[in-house]
Amino acid sequence: MDVDILFKIAGIGIVISILSKVLDEAGRKEQAQMTTLVGVVIVLMMVIQLISQLFSNVKTMFQLY
Amino acid sequence: MEIVQIVSIGLVATILIVLLKEDKPEIGIQISIAIGAIIFLLMLGKIISVVDVLKTLAQKANIDMIYMSSVLKIIGIAYVAEFGAQICRDAGSSSTASKIEFAAKIMILLLSLPILMAVLDLIIKILP
Repeated sequence: MDVDILFKIAGIGIVISILSKVLDEAGRKEQAQMTTLVGVVIVLMMVIQLISQLFSNVKTMFQLY
Repeated sequence: MEIVQIVSIGLVATILIVLLKEDKPEIGIQISIAIGAIIFLLMLGKIISVVDVLKTLAQKANIDMIYMSSVLKIIGIAYVAEFGAQICRDAGSSSTASKIEFAAKIMILLLSLPILMAVLDLIIKILP
């Protein structure tokens, strides 16, 4: 279950980069920028869950409250 | 052979980061954050057993639990700060990394002050 998220993030990154290149070629700079932004936000949502899991585990293990 | 698994995950993540670094460096940074968290979560059970052994050793040696928990807290702060600072340095923002390390040093100093004061009190009692 853990490693799946890595491939998910990489897939989103590849799709976003191809989409933004295609939109750039078509002369729609703003939409390319928007696509990049949306991709970063989607990936951030996934990474933030992982980070919060990591921090809560560290907090309980080392008794940092 | 869990180490083989972890090394393979790391290699795959590195290849993905290098692939994405040209076009979208921000997604590459997020992959490196994810791989750090995943490897730590995989090692979690083993770290817990090591910490348990350390705690039982401290109880056998009649060490006060306050000192043991301060040491654990210091290790935790150092680990989290190092994690954040390395990600910042990877992303090319070493000034933010140094500030994170500065904050961690201050917090560790704050945690170790009571122990330092206890040692000083002991020295003052021993001295005539």
